[in-house]
Amino acid sequence: MNELISTLQYYFSFPFVRYALIVVLLIALCSSLLGVSLVLKRFSFLGDGLSHVAFGAMAVAAVTGITNRMIIILPVTVLSAVLLLRTGQNAKIKGDASIAVISVGALAVGYMLMNLFPVSSNISADVCGSLFGSTSILTLDKSDVWLCFIMSLIVLAAFVLFYNKIFSVTFDESFSKATGINSDGYNLMIAVITAVIIVIAMNLVGSLLISALIIFPALSAMRLFKSFKSVTICSAVISVICAGSGIIMSLIFSTPVGATIVAADLAVFLLFSAVSSVMFRKR
Amino acid sequence: MSEQIICRNAALGYEDGIVTEGLNFTVSSGDYLCILGENGSGKSTLIKALLGLKPQVSGEIKWCGDFSARDIGYLPQQTPVQRDFPASVKEIVLSGCLSKMGFRPFYRAAEKKLALDTMKQLGIEALENRCYRELSGGQQQRVLLARALCAASKMLLLDEPVTGLDPHAQTELYELVAKLNRSGISIIMVSHDISSAVKYASHILHISKKQLFFGATADYLGSSAGRKFLESEDKRDE
Repeated sequence: MNELISTLQYYFSFPFVRYALIVVLLIALCSSLLGVSLVLKRFSFLGDGLSHVAFGAMAVAAVTGITNRMIIILPVTVLSAVLLLRTGQNAKIKGDASIAVISVGALAVGYMLMNLFPVSSNISADVCGSLFGSTSILTLDKSDVWLCFIMSLIVLAAFVLFYNKIFSVTFDESFSKATGINSDGYNLMIAVITAVIIVIAMNLVGSLLISALIIFPALSAMRLFKSFKSVTICSAVISVICAGSGIIMSLIFSTPVGATIVAADLAVFLLFSAVSSVMFRKR
Repeated sequence: MSEQIICRNAALGYEDGIVTEGLNFTVSSGDYLCILGENGSGKSTLIKALLGLKPQVSGEIKWCGDFSARDIGYLPQQTPVQRDFPASVKEIVLSGCLSKMGFRPFYRAAEKKLALDTMKQLGIEALENRCYRELSGGQQQRVLLARALCAASKMLLLDEPVTGLDPHAQTELYELVAKLNRSGISIIMVSHDISSAVKYASHILHISKKQLFFGATADYLGSSAGRKFLESEDKRDE
């Protein structure tokens, strides 16, 4: 045990490990808050679709050789988020299908581009890194941490300030509209924030696992809790704990960071499902 | 009896087609108007127009005096999303107050009191902390009714409120709405259920692609549109 603690102490003496921890916790917090609304609105796959778009955009950015890839990735992802929500409302291709089209399309195009214009000699490592999260989480510098910190604060502030409206729009869009709440505006806000979180989180868990960060904590919380507020709080707590323990475990067992965090989320989900089926079986 | 909504020769629809036209009716305070019509007759378009969400193609819809579209409490049809939504009754009823709050992010004591009073009025204060998805259909409709009343206290617009309820719960809901109507709230109800419509409503508006009838309920029973509709309903029941 002492050995374990001293190992951890050793790791956390490096600033980049501490940065990584802070960033991971912030992203986990933000994604879990949004996740509640997205899951309830039946937009679970929005995160998945957008993360593939972000992957495609990253491939394009890598091919063009721009140093600051965010310039391409962020606007493209936000734009896709807006488009996906639009098509969800009045569409020839329905919501889930349009998400599938965009996500698979972006994934394929991104992979193709990376193969056609290889930037490094090891393509499969590049692809694997961007899909499943790379060690780049441990190479964050101070400016990355600040960017993530500020973005997370904005997301948190927006969520707290508009919490009641988000509830109303999520629960009943037609009622909200009828009482004069700008539900299209709030839907747009949710989509944009989701896109921003996904782009930030891509460095951390990779584009394939982001939707897990968004969906799992919310789903777990819904197994046991019955009011919107308790589900939201529980989801945030689960997500932060899983992310924290995930990153510590990945340091100890030297497993991939992203996959370890998601595995922790999955374990909690299974646990909560089991507990809820025991608790509520008698009904 | 002051007029609240006046609709003159209004046509409703989209750019590429009129859904229903020739609408002429008035809703005065204290009225109980029932809107009847088959599926696709333009009922939901009319609801959107009354709520001020969709402007008419031609003609006029007027909200009179200090009465505006925002004074209508709306009870929409239930969506599949709501059936497994984790929310307490209190949270849902309170969300009715949001429209009055503008950009203020949190509820104040006044809103909490309004929500509590409304729940008492509808007899659901004991359910305050229960989870919405665990309630019966009739209880769920009462919760949504309370939310609508928090949003607006002059008029209620109910969209097929008894769909999916068992007969006993249907009667209870009709009685509750009638009670609210007697306390001075105007009611507009969109319905399929013609026998309850003629039993409870003071006025009937029957629409198809155009307006077939508007007037007092007693006159409706004698009108050709009313007799035809009643007959077809009877046949369907048999």
